[in-house]
Amino acid sequence: MSKINFLKPDKSNLYTFLYLGSFLFFISVLDVLLNSFFSLNITGFLPGFLSFLLPLILGFIGLYFIRIELSGIKQLDLLNKHINTNNFNAILSLLIIFVILKSIPPILSWFFVDASFAGDSKDVCTGSGACWTYIKVWIRRFMYGMYPNGEQWRINLSFIALALLGSVGYFATDKFKKYLTLYYVVIYPFIAFLFIFFFISGGPVFFDFSYGIIAAILSIIIGFFIPSKFKFYYFLIVPLSLYVLLKYFVFYEEFIELGKLDGLNWVETGAWGGLSLTFIISFFCLIFCFPIGMAFALGRRSGFPLIRYISIGFIEFWRGVPLITVLFMSAVMFPMFLPADFFIDKLVRCIIAISLFEAAYVAEVIRGGLQALPRGQYEAAKSLGMGYWRMHIFVILPQALKLVIPGIANTFLALVKDTPLIFVVGLLEIVGMLNLAKTNPEWLGFAMEGYVFAAIIFWIICYAMSKYSYNLEQKYKTDR
Amino acid sequence: MTVIAVILVFGFFTYNAQINMENRGIDFGYGFLSQESSFDVQFSLIEYDGSHSYFRAYLVGLLNTILVSVIGIIFATILGVLVGIARLSPNYLINKFAAFYVEFFRNIPLLLQIFFWYFAALRALPLPQDAEAMFGISFLTIKGLYVPAFIWQNFNIFFYSVVAAIIAIIVIRVRAKKLQETQGKQTPVLLISIGLILILPILSFLIGGVRLSFEVPVLKQLATTSFIYEGGVSLPPELIALALSLSLYTATFIAECVRAGIQGVGKGQKEAAASIGLTPNQVLKLVVMPQALRIIIPPTTNQYLNLTKNSSLAAAIAYPDLVLVFAGTALMQTGKAIEIVSITMFTYLSLSISISILMNWYNKKIAITEK
Repeated sequence: MSKINFLKPDKSNLYTFLYLGSFLFFISVLDVLLNSFFSLNITGFLPGFLSFLLPLILGFIGLYFIRIELSGIKQLDLLNKHINTNNFNAILSLLIIFVILKSIPPILSWFFVDASFAGDSKDVCTGSGACWTYIKVWIRRFMYGMYPNGEQWRINLSFIALALLGSVGYFATDKFKKYLTLYYVVIYPFIAFLFIFFFISGGPVFFDFSYGIIAAILSIIIGFFIPSKFKFYYFLIVPLSLYVLLKYFVFYEEFIELGKLDGLNWVETGAWGGLSLTFIISFFCLIFCFPIGMAFALGRRSGFPLIRYISIGFIEFWRGVPLITVLFMSAVMFPMFLPADFFIDKLVRCIIAISLFEAAYVAEVIRGGLQALPRGQYEAAKSLGMGYWRMHIFVILPQALKLVIPGIANTFLALVKDTPLIFVVGLLEIVGMLNLAKTNPEWLGFAMEGYVFAAIIFWIICYAMSKYSYNLEQKYKTDR
Repeated sequence: MTVIAVILVFGFFTYNAQINMENRGIDFGYGFLSQESSFDVQFSLIEYDGSHSYFRAYLVGLLNTILVSVIGIIFATILGVLVGIARLSPNYLINKFAAFYVEFFRNIPLLLQIFFWYFAALRALPLPQDAEAMFGISFLTIKGLYVPAFIWQNFNIFFYSVVAAIIAIIVIRVRAKKLQETQGKQTPVLLISIGLILILPILSFLIGGVRLSFEVPVLKQLATTSFIYEGGVSLPPELIALALSLSLYTATFIAECVRAGIQGVGKGQKEAAASIGLTPNQVLKLVVMPQALRIIIPPTTNQYLNLTKNSSLAAAIAYPDLVLVFAGTALMQTGKAIEIVSITMFTYLSLSISISILMNWYNKKIAITEK
């Protein structure tokens, strides 16, 4: 055995250093572990300051001893490479290990050990931990807002039905695959709207706008068969005349009475709330902001100066203002610009405002994708004799959208995270409901539990979305 | 066609607005800005009370917005850069810790975080009478953070000395660069700069007659159970909660920008720089950073803008920012919805546009000029 130089650990005395170093490291971790889990202080005989720093010093010396390059022991090399490359890294690693060890017991005890789960009143919450009873009692409010308890199956049923209808894409055979885009862009949102309107709010089947919606859909469907030469005039004339025809000649007032679904009470949108409202708003805004954003992205690259400037103005305006002022605008300023007898529901105004706001961000993301495509793609498409729309639908947009999947996912994530802002117009989704529950005199002092609960829910939703977008990105990645 | 459509739509809206305002008996105009506001604001940087005008209320709100944005931007940048670098660390623990931080704070709505800090975390702080002093001079209580105020004598001399130090440093840097280019001599610029910026202000204390004293906050009893700190500077809990959540949230995005920027510099660049004999510090300073900054700055600017816009969430916890003071209280009092909302939006719009113009200019300046 050669001479040992403790300032310079080397390979010749590998095992001496290894045993000594791991022993010191072990002691230091053990000290912190005992201290945090069992509140034992094995170095209590030392002065307070030294006792506090001792694990760090011991651990540092230990790590210094075992930092031997190319020791030949696989685990040791891995350890050195990953957490013990130099003195600075060793200290940081130690600090992180200690912080984790220190923070586990309080978190565990708050979440589980000292928390109260049983019972249904405030009295059971006497421990120092979280009071999950509070969440249990209020869960219906957090999920459904002020929606009447007896009617909540309507929301559940609609969401399950929509989820099933939404998953059609996974089961579609190759024969139907080509219709999927049409299904998801036109039919599915329409079905979703019908569910929300007739089922969740319990509205009449034939209502004021139904003429307009039916006219629009009929004219779009017929529009597919109109030669493109006449399309402009067709869309100028037919929808309006269809609307007039339907409103004044086909549907009579009796139909309106007849169309009401029996047994479903009307629940006004002010009573909607909780997590279900978060879903409803996110869902519709996602659906609306995408086509609007795409239109403005194309508009910003259009050859007509007027369309280009309008698009630029639109995009820069919405991107420059905070969402909260947009919602303010939709609440107090927007009604001023409409005819006095023309009333739009608060929720609908909110959805319009958020959709327009996010559309501007989507537009910028898509524009990035459009700009990233090489000119050759445009020129190749044109040389095949494709027109503007054909070129964009079949050549440009599929490639551009593929490129910007991460950006679009980020925008959608931002949208979901922005939904709590609707408290400005008095709609209470889950965060709003939490704030309401917090001020209930019977349940004062449980703000923390509520926010942690909501944070976990949002975190799961957002994390799942970002992982899904990552998968999509990998799936559609094509080599250039 | 489009022109006619646009004109028609705008005409329709203006017509409706006119009729609606006539019905409600409101007239359009910005004259209310000079009227007396007669409401009070909790926290303001400039002198303000009910007897001042609405315009001054607007200024108070604007300044508060800018204050919280600047604080947020500073802390978010520091934290974001640290976390971004930590995410690239070869140290497994640090790397995962930073990744955990980013994934955690990024996926929770900002409003929820603000509520959490304001209603849950900061409410757990001690009452003023129970607060323990931090470093003996500042107090963190449920009513806010109290820190000592600086009281300067001959502040202008101190200020001039700092300015002189900065000018001297710039001159030395320019000269050092010239020396490096013409004769290849290296000057320890950093050491000289640190020395200058320390020595000149200290000289101003010793010779220039500058005096600095602290006004430490002192506990004062208002009633039997109500205590308050007097003196010093007090930061309201709203400001702390807002600045904290804004910087924690935005830092995650900045961290990702920084990471992308540093990763975006090709490995070959570092190897090439090392092979011509630059030291690791020089590689970082002269080769990696200038290239990484080009990638980092545009998205980071966007994050600064987002932070400024997100600071409008202050209205949710009653921090008197532009939205709360002007689009909230003032709007309720005057009922001038169109004017006030448009002024508020225009303010944010011009803040955003001015920052982005500034950043575009900077971007153009440092962009690679390709032949």
